[in-house]
Amino acid sequence: MSKENMKAYWKENLGYLAILLSIWFLVSYVFGILLVDQLNTIKFGGFKLGFWFAQQGSMYVFVILIFVYVRLMNKLDKKYGVDE
Amino acid sequence: MGILAWTWILVGLSFALYIGIAIWARAGSSKEFYVAGGGVPPILNGMATAADWMSAASFISLAGIVSFTGYDGSVYLMGWTGGYVLLALLLAPYLRKFGKFTVPDFIGDRYYSNTARIVAVIAALIVSFTYVAGQMRGVGIVFSRYLEVDIDTGVYIGMVIVLFYAVLGGMKGITYTQVAQYCVLIFAFMVPAIFISFQMTGNPIPQLGFGGSGEDGVYLLDKLDGLSQQLGFHEYTSGSKSMIDVFAITTALMVGTAGLPHVIVRFFTVPRVKDARISAGWALLFIAILYTTVPAVAVFARIKLIETVSNAEYSELPEWFGNWEKTGLLKFDDKNADGVVQYVADKETNELTIDRDIMVLANPEIAQLPNWVIALVGAGGLAAALSTAAGLLLVIASSISHDLIKKIVNPKISEKGELMAARLSAAVAVVVAGYFGINPPGFVAAVVALAFGLAAASFFPAILLGIFDKRMNKEGAISGMIIGLSLMFFYMAKYKLHWIGDPTVDTAENWWFGISPEGFGTVAMLVNFVVSLVVSRLTPEPPQEIQELVEHIRVPSGAGEASSH
Repeated sequence: MSKENMKAYWKENLGYLAILLSIWFLVSYVFGILLVDQLNTIKFGGFKLGFWFAQQGSMYVFVILIFVYVRLMNKLDKKYGVDE
Repeated sequence: MGILAWTWILVGLSFALYIGIAIWARAGSSKEFYVAGGGVPPILNGMATAADWMSAASFISLAGIVSFTGYDGSVYLMGWTGGYVLLALLLAPYLRKFGKFTVPDFIGDRYYSNTARIVAVIAALIVSFTYVAGQMRGVGIVFSRYLEVDIDTGVYIGMVIVLFYAVLGGMKGITYTQVAQYCVLIFAFMVPAIFISFQMTGNPIPQLGFGGSGEDGVYLLDKLDGLSQQLGFHEYTSGSKSMIDVFAITTALMVGTAGLPHVIVRFFTVPRVKDARISAGWALLFIAILYTTVPAVAVFARIKLIETVSNAEYSELPEWFGNWEKTGLLKFDDKNADGVVQYVADKETNELTIDRDIMVLANPEIAQLPNWVIALVGAGGLAAALSTAAGLLLVIASSISHDLIKKIVNPKISEKGELMAARLSAAVAVVVAGYFGINPPGFVAAVVALAFGLAAASFFPAILLGIFDKRMNKEGAISGMIIGLSLMFFYMAKYKLHWIGDPTVDTAENWWFGISPEGFGTVAMLVNFVVSLVVSRLTPEPPQEIQELVEHIRVPSGAGEASSH
């Protein structure tokens, strides 16, 4: 793998990380902690939204994030021919 | 058939299964002993990681903690799951590509220094020992409650079982036993939860049920908020901790999770980099099944308990109340001698003391589930405690036999000699852990919660920078780890253990930035990052071959097998 390719691969990887970790931060820290009181004024079913994010929603999103990451990286590996 | 008979049968069957697996999956080489030969399929590694990760505390105590703290309990739910996102995205694939056996291996090689290796070994031993002592105690407690033997006997039985499959099977034996243990523990946790959810809400899925309503048409969470306030507790769905502390504790738990050696090492056991990524996904999925059920169980149990005991005639309470009073987990003190249970937040007039563990342990009885379900919870608790203990013991054993003996003391040791050393260290570690299980020093319980802070303050920055910052050198990493770890120790000693300073002054009002010792790992980690970055920029850059090594671990192809050299 050439130096330029390696750089481009790493840059795309870092781009994915930035997006996925922003979502990670948003659902747990922002929705579940920082804005919890504001979101708690919204209700769906028996749940207050902020409480739901802190005790349910954030965890569902975490699982999805990892599987999305796996998909993105497997594609990226193929694109640069570094898959095994 | 009675509860005791059912418990003996289910525990006996599950133990026979674990021992059978251990004999089938004996380790024949040091590579099989340390990383199960590097050939574990990702989905099985995910299950093993989940069992390794979920300890007796997750299984027995977590629902109780959430039950009594409501929204504040979210820090554990988010903290102990969110860390896997960091692990999957930032650490696991690269460490797998690096392809060695242990975390100190990575630190020692990446920072081209035996000093760094030794600092990492010490940190790994401290974190793992504080954690494992609690597990052995957990084994003893579960035995004593379900099989009516005393706690010490329970610890001895647990030691023999773990000794057998950890020493014989190494990582290979542990991995396949953990797969079985995951199945036992998740079944044992979900069956009562599904029963109770259906009973209370008509919805068999607990995750949905606790947002539903009971027969009276009132949403459970609204009902619980109302009940809590009536009795003088804070509203269930809002917190009592400060926002900055919730933020800090969540971060310390997440980052600590990603930095725990016994979790990281599991990703060395899969064949390829892409397997490391996906097995982190499987692990979190399997963990989330339990962790998303926990807050539901917490709500069900709390409502059931309050409705059953609050303002009830003591003489008319159901049989389980008396059973659990005998264990000391429930205590009733009729202060105003009216024969009625007053359960309120006010300490002066409250008459009922409830141990939080009862929320999982007694829940099936409170909900009047069949005896086999009650017994199943005992087998599940044992599976959770044993699987975590075994994983930790392996980290301790490999830190000694591989990182200390093979890499530093006697590099010429033969393959056979190293395997023998690994088995011996595992045996010694079991005995030491058992000793702490039987004679728990008063500070163990306090320190277990802080193991995460220690891991966050030491390993996480060193590993992360080792991958993402090519310029990071040994001077930066070593000073960062030492200062991060020392700062965390200092804060623990001052505000948690009260070993230094004035205990009357060092109270919650004087916490730095209002952050509790549980959350202080976040501050210590940030300090570690800053120190590492500053020191590294003031000292020479790492040698060329190390910079090439960093480039090498950033791409997946040619990962090769995990190897010792």
